[in-house]
Amino acid sequence: MKFGVVTFPGSNCDYDAFHAVTEILGEEAVYLWHKDHDLQGSDVIILPGGFSYGDYLRAGAIARFSPIMQEVIAHAKSGAPVIAICNGFQIACEAGLLPGALMRNANLQFISAQLIVRVETADTLFTNRYERGDLLRIPVAHGEGRYVAAPDVLDALEGDGRVVFRYADAMGNLTPDANPNGSERSIAGIVSDGGNVLGMMPHPERACTTLVGSSDGVRLLESILARVEA
Amino acid sequence: MSSVMPRAGDPAITPALVAEHGLTKQEYERLVAMLGRAPTFTELGIISALWSEHCSYKHSRPVLKTLPTQAPYVLQGPGENAGVISIGDGLAIAFKIESHNHPSAVEPYQGAATGVGGILRDVFTMGARPIAMLNSLRFGSLDSSRVRYLFAGVVKGVGDYGNCVGIPTVAGEIVFDKSYETNPLVNAMCVGLLHEDDLIRAKAEGIGNPIIAVGARTGRDGIHGASFASEDLSEASDAKRPRIQVGDPFTEKLLLEASLELIKSGHIVAIQDMGAAGLTSSSAEMAERGDVGVTIDVTKVPTRESGMSPYEILLSESQERMLVVAKKGHENAVAEILTKWDLTAAVIGEVIAEPVYRVTEGSTVVAEFPGSRLVTDCPSYSPDARESDAIKALRAADPFAIAELREEKDPLWTLERLLSSPTIASKAWAYRQYDSTVRTNTVIGPGGDAAVLRIRGTNKAIAVKTDCNGRYVYLDPRVGGRIAVAEAARNVACTGARPMAITNCLNFGNPTRPEVFYQFREAVAGMGEACRALGTPVTGGNVSLYNESPGRAVYPTPVIGMVGLIDDLAHITRATFQRDDDAVLLLGEMRSELGGSEYLATIHDEVLGAPPACDLDREKAVIDALLESIRAGLVSSAHDCSDGGLGIALAECCIADRENAAGADIDLSAWQDIPNRAILFSETQARIVVSTSAPERMLEIVKKAGVPCSRIGTVRRNSEHLTIKLPDSVLKAPLARLARAFHDAIPAIMSRTPEHTTFDELTQVAAH
Repeated sequence: MKFGVVTFPGSNCDYDAFHAVTEILGEEAVYLWHKDHDLQGSDVIILPGGFSYGDYLRAGAIARFSPIMQEVIAHAKSGAPVIAICNGFQIACEAGLLPGALMRNANLQFISAQLIVRVETADTLFTNRYERGDLLRIPVAHGEGRYVAAPDVLDALEGDGRVVFRYADAMGNLTPDANPNGSERSIAGIVSDGGNVLGMMPHPERACTTLVGSSDGVRLLESILARVEA
Repeated sequence: MSSVMPRAGDPAITPALVAEHGLTKQEYERLVAMLGRAPTFTELGIISALWSEHCSYKHSRPVLKTLPTQAPYVLQGPGENAGVISIGDGLAIAFKIESHNHPSAVEPYQGAATGVGGILRDVFTMGARPIAMLNSLRFGSLDSSRVRYLFAGVVKGVGDYGNCVGIPTVAGEIVFDKSYETNPLVNAMCVGLLHEDDLIRAKAEGIGNPIIAVGARTGRDGIHGASFASEDLSEASDAKRPRIQVGDPFTEKLLLEASLELIKSGHIVAIQDMGAAGLTSSSAEMAERGDVGVTIDVTKVPTRESGMSPYEILLSESQERMLVVAKKGHENAVAEILTKWDLTAAVIGEVIAEPVYRVTEGSTVVAEFPGSRLVTDCPSYSPDARESDAIKALRAADPFAIAELREEKDPLWTLERLLSSPTIASKAWAYRQYDSTVRTNTVIGPGGDAAVLRIRGTNKAIAVKTDCNGRYVYLDPRVGGRIAVAEAARNVACTGARPMAITNCLNFGNPTRPEVFYQFREAVAGMGEACRALGTPVTGGNVSLYNESPGRAVYPTPVIGMVGLIDDLAHITRATFQRDDDAVLLLGEMRSELGGSEYLATIHDEVLGAPPACDLDREKAVIDALLESIRAGLVSSAHDCSDGGLGIALAECCIADRENAAGADIDLSAWQDIPNRAILFSETQARIVVSTSAPERMLEIVKKAGVPCSRIGTVRRNSEHLTIKLPDSVLKAPLARLARAFHDAIPAIMSRTPEHTTFDELTQVAAH
């Protein structure tokens, strides 16, 4: 399976995503340049973290107009998988691939920490190798990660089982202290209506080997393989 | 030589103008003699910058020459943008530390951010990809709202810049002491990884090769920043706010990628950051290293606004700019790479055979200096050095003459107070704002003895750390200088790394004051002794003098940035207790040394006494014995015993990792002749707290190395207490209380309302 990792000007987790795919998963990956219009036959697109266009104006607001995004949007609309991490999640929301928006963290500070996220559903393209209720240790690193959406949108997300990850404490409870950025309903990750676009603030690509703290993100990548190959 | 005429509209050269440019009468005469005529305004500006302390090292150079700089693995020593050491497998580490103190005192956010940006550029111009940032920060007491503003602003500036560029900030130190109240120290260190083959130096070569300005456009910001950094801070400093540069980390990220691509491409021969004194110093330094002449046409420099004079263009410190010497005929290829990254490249000059530094404005020559040694032809001074009698008296004072407070009868009270003193307490409030995990190499991040980063494609890792105890250097600069190096070495050794080399950032006061120059000379001498004894040469660094505010210098603070190498990932060792029932060993001695301690400063508000002795042979033996034990697989954890002494070190071993807190039973009752407070809080050097499941084998190794070692207790993972048996009492400390003191202290202070935890609120308050 071929993964395409988009490099926007200011992307800085493209390298980590690329290496998670090639070194850990053992699959093929290519970098996709933002000025191009060619997905190079990628099966899965990763919109990586970073500060595309410096996050000037608003996180993700400029990147969504990059030439490559026309193809990424078409790829998503065709039902093909897209993983949008951190800045990628912000870009996906700006591009209309996912509902809602990411606002500045409630405490107005950048937050970098290894946190716990709870798997809310194992019935997605991205989480079928987990069990519902699994607690994953995954780093976050963001200044604008507070997920917000209109109440009816949130209700619909929950009703459709599209809330994939929530911030939880070590016991799996959803508490204000465990919610690092003030996200509504502790939401850390969601999928699109069609279930093929995943947006999440935590960085699974940074949790791929215990040497650097956790390997809980590996199964996310494996889930995609399992489903697509099945 | 061409004729140089004053430019229409330039001010006349008067003694007052010369003085305003920071030149003494003798220096001005030297300039006139060099030119054989009076300088133009542009030339005066150039020399003012190049001969500023910041660029010329005119007071420090002779002393710095005494430092050891050699080792077989040193690929690049001092004199380049960064030092470089080989780590085997064809790989090398480039690293450097630099100060941004004065800008941060006036504008903490931009001051700190541009400090990070500058040091990043110094590292990637060597052909290295930055893999880690560290920062060494010093502030006054957090009780002051101004200090909280400075602290919050600096932390946010450091974080925002590094986070955006995508370089993890992994380690450093933060110290709070009244001495730094109005003159905080902001030192940033960058560490980069390169293939030895990609090493490139900033040396202009090849007659006829084009000189290209790359990156951001030149604006009017930061003009004379280097000179501003070379004078005392005063109430007038706020008026010099326009001399402070503004950072754009997004452009930096593009510049980083473009520069590395340029270096790989083979189209260029040299590249250098336009840092302090901007275009002037970068071009003059590159010319000097290559022993060639250069000519630059300022009308070719891309500017942000029209109407900039040659003086302004030459001295602007606009950020995110590089100067490149390309191979002749490769100009278009260079431009293509820059265009790919949406950056500009403009040919602005040429390397010439004529030994001259020439600046033109179109066809008119506006500045011209003979020779190619503009930078080293600066004056050099060896000022008087004399120790202050007041400090001598402080050092002679007996710490034990200070009576214990009534509360100290309960050592838990003292322990908690020390754990919650901001210098010792957890700095998570700050480093949670730094992305420490991007690039996925961080094995041990902020909060450990040193940070550890794996080196991809090998089984190796590096350990990095900054360190300095300014209080020791103040009380005894020679000993303090030694300890700064030794402690940094011990820190990296505790993670399993062999100490390899250092960079240093020497923060001192006004060198023309004999008592300050004495501190400088002695501290550097002490550092040199330690570097020789420990086999860690100096590969570069930075000197920051004039760290004074009205009436007072900061503590002399020679910050050491240490790099160590771990040969096998299996040797990576953590500071906190890991396994139940492990034996706890103390490597090193128990001595009664409270001079200059955190205990005296925090509990008694006193800075006096002689700092702890530093026996460099012992330091080496302790480090070697520890590393041998680690390599033998005997060590579960190792933690340096430093600020706050053994009591604090033990508490940190238990609760620094709050989620995995472990208790311990410790017995220190054997030291009958040492007072309790000295047992717990003496900062005796060359000591490490180790936990091991093989104490006998380890004792054997350590004793064979001639290092005293005592088995002092046992790790109790399931215990809720750290219990310490003292000669005449037992201290039973609940872990929850220790953890609260250590982890919650700084967040509690920073949330003091209504005085602002957020930067936005803080700046509003500061503006009033």
